Amino acid sequence: MELARIVEIVNGRVICGEEKLRRTVKYGFSSDLMSDVLTINIENLLLMTGLTNPQTIRTAEMADIEFILFVRNKKITSDMIKLARENDIVLITTGYSLFRTSGLLYNAGLKPVY
Amino acid sequence: MKLNFQVEGGNFAKAGAASSEVKKMLKQLGVPPMIIRRIVVALYEAEVNIVAHAQQGVISVDLHHDKVEIELRDKGPGIQDISRAMQEGFSTASEEVRAMGFGAGMGLPNIKKNADKLHIESQVGEGTTVYITNYFAKP
Repeated sequence: MELARIVEIVNGRVICGEEKLRRTVKYGFSSDLMSDVLTINIENLLLMTGLTNPQTIRTAEMADIEFILFVRNKKITSDMIKLARENDIVLITTGYSLFRTSGLLYNAGLKPVY
Repeated sequence: MKLNFQVEGGNFAKAGAASSEVKKMLKQLGVPPMIIRRIVVALYEAEVNIVAHAQQGVISVDLHHDKVEIELRDKGPGIQDISRAMQEGFSTASEEVRAMGFGAGMGLPNIKKNADKLHIESQVGEGTTVYITNYFAKP
């Protein structure tokens, strides 16, 4: 699924990384537990999370995750955006809950990891 | 080539900075991405452990042509029972650490999974040293 389509489905807003909107995303993983995210070894994955701190971006950097979708309009700090830009990571926000976001994207064809 | 990084206990804003530097270095050296990923996931979990549990630590990264040897030496509470700490789900992490998305007792198991060789030495009340070795091509 194209990243732009994901943004549309969750009524999201792109914070940074607009240039990657034409990229294809195949898998989705929803978690607030970064150690769990670090067990994933799959490309073209969207991380959905409610955890907004610099460690979310660091975790994505280490796990080679290029796309993060923050739920419930959580506040994304300038430090996080700077870190994401440095590592070419796309940040998107949505007002929807983690449950709703995951359900909508699963329904639209995003594949689960486990 | 040897690199050293100071790690400050409790400073979550900076946690991962050393791992990030090492990742950039490994990329420049042309190490395959799948191998870089294993190294930096192990290193990052271990770096977060220093920030989460110790007062301070030093990470030494020794880059050879065929492998990387990493030593993470901290001054901290030490680990009472290493085999217990290796069990998935065992954690002594604070609420602050959990709020950062860690502390679920997955760190050491994640390190073990991603390290080709792992050795841990610890003295209660003094600190812990974690040794990680990863090969650039499977030996």
